[in-house]
Amino acid sequence: MATRDEIADAIAGMAIFVDLARPQLMGVASRFEEAFFPQDARVLRQGLTGSGFYVILDGEADVVADGQKLATLARGDFFGEVSVLLGEPPTADIVATRPLRCIVLGGPAVESFLVDHPRVMFRMLQASARRLRNANRRLTANQ
Amino acid sequence: MARASAKASAQPYPPGEYPIVVVGSGPGALQTSYFLGRLGIQHAVISADAGPGGMFRKWPFFQRLLSWTKPYAPAERTSREFERWDWNSLLALEPELRGIATEHMDGTSDFPSRPEMQANLEAFADRAQVAVRFGCRWESTRREETPDGDRFVVVTSDGEYRCRFPIFAVGVADPYSPATPGIELAVHYADTRDAPSYAGKRLFIIGKQNSGFELATGLLQWASRISLSSPSPAKTSIETRSLVGVRARYVQPFEDSILGGGVDILSASTKGITKTEAGAFEVQLERSDNAMPMTVDADEVIAATGFICPLRDLPALGVATFGQSKLPAQTEFWESASVPGIFFAGTITQGSAGLKKHGIPSNSGALHGYRYNARVLVRELAQRHFGIALEQPPLDIGDLRDHLLAEATRAPELWHQKAYLASVVSIDPDQGVRDVGILPLTHFLDHGGPDAVAMTVESDGASIFPVVYVRRHGKTEEHTLEPDPLHDFEGLPYRRALGQILDRLTAGASSSAA
Repeated sequence: MATRDEIADAIAGMAIFVDLARPQLMGVASRFEEAFFPQDARVLRQGLTGSGFYVILDGEADVVADGQKLATLARGDFFGEVSVLLGEPPTADIVATRPLRCIVLGGPAVESFLVDHPRVMFRMLQASARRLRNANRRLTANQ
Repeated sequence: MARASAKASAQPYPPGEYPIVVVGSGPGALQTSYFLGRLGIQHAVISADAGPGGMFRKWPFFQRLLSWTKPYAPAERTSREFERWDWNSLLALEPELRGIATEHMDGTSDFPSRPEMQANLEAFADRAQVAVRFGCRWESTRREETPDGDRFVVVTSDGEYRCRFPIFAVGVADPYSPATPGIELAVHYADTRDAPSYAGKRLFIIGKQNSGFELATGLLQWASRISLSSPSPAKTSIETRSLVGVRARYVQPFEDSILGGGVDILSASTKGITKTEAGAFEVQLERSDNAMPMTVDADEVIAATGFICPLRDLPALGVATFGQSKLPAQTEFWESASVPGIFFAGTITQGSAGLKKHGIPSNSGALHGYRYNARVLVRELAQRHFGIALEQPPLDIGDLRDHLLAEATRAPELWHQKAYLASVVSIDPDQGVRDVGILPLTHFLDHGGPDAVAMTVESDGASIFPVVYVRRHGKTEEHTLEPDPLHDFEGLPYRRALGQILDRLTAGASSSAA
């Protein structure tokens, strides 16, 4: 993995980028950076400021809050957006459970990226709505 | 054979077995060898080059660096504080070996010329007695099992070197060009000709990083028209408030572009290059804003498309790489994340990205960042693999607060490696308060240990401020202090704020830190 072409190929089928044409995918590939995390590395740290927005290209990671595993993330999943959008530290650790390749955008660059790519913003909103719905269902089921 | 024998006797480090083999002779390799030597760790240094200096023996093309040295900065040239103002000297324990870059500057600029930088590095190697086996090319690598554990075999033009730990400081120096149709018609930055040969030419530069703008700046007076293109808009380092982006030295083409002075700065993908019947070139582009095609005619096309790591067969050995530069993925101590035992030094250490808080990267790609990485790496190797116990000077608990604020205000490691390197003090009931020294921040955060406090300097892209990380009973909390317009963090408000933060931590260790 490395070149912008390869990254554009890798993200082409992902739900969050599904509406983008090739030139826009190339633009995404040039604005994001690739990052690699070995197994067991922490990608995001609960309570620490200054994080970014990540999209998984390959590998797996756990979402861990206060030592409790909440979810597993895999290719095409994204994380870090809640912290960036709210300007608050992440409420959970993200820990690589296998070697993890991501593309990442630093927090301060996320707003302008989303404004420039409204279809990505829509897909992100859709995913957030699904997460909210699922959380509500879990809450209801537990009552 | 006779010639080979003569070379072997004249050169240091003949092929054989060494605990460590350092590959390279640029500043990263020189700095690593220097600290290995000062800790008494036996090693060899080999390099294909003819002399020390690495990339500074030939680049930057227009012969002046992007990194400053300020000879009359407000600190003694031989002091640790001076390093904050001197980005180009290698580190040394001996005062007479510090700030050497200042001795080689002619006073015309605070950015040394390339020959001045080369002289600076040659002087360091000579005076610090950092020996290198020159003309010895690393050719391949393999791993062998031995009764004493695994060994890496570094195969060179002079023979085979066996070692427990190879340290590769080979730069990010192999020209990279994308697989664009017709790219073979372009000349890479590395092969740019003398400026006068571009007189009156229409020049198309692929890439809007510093190398592209360096060429555009240098050729403004020669070319008849200059176009630069890449898919994303160009940003300056002033906009990003970091070394990411085009440096202020190279903003003149921006002004020429804005004023219609013969420079075009385009946001477009290069789709192909073809030769015209007249012997010129047509560059086919796709605009980033509307995906519409456009073409630019040019007499010369230069690919300022970057460089990749010359890692040779290391990926085949299992070394994972990432990014356009094919950087090796590394741990916080610059060890391969996928092949333990292989280490890296110099500009390659940017492959250990750290936290990149607020999107701002470390300065590990530049000398003023990686010189500290080299020192931290050697100290870690010494302790972890060579049984060398390093001193951790005791601190009076009453001095802890002022010590940390002085570090935030003056420690060059914290200023050059923001949110990447931290100044750490441990507070152990048995050991007392100890100055642990400089460590990677990620190591402090992720590897536990006794109660401790780490001080960093950080930037959020708007201001620069100290951040204190307090580890107590295994849990770490982050405390951000306010920025100061003069970057002086030793005043009363800081003493008060940090005192309150430390009170809880030091309550058990002694009466109070405040």
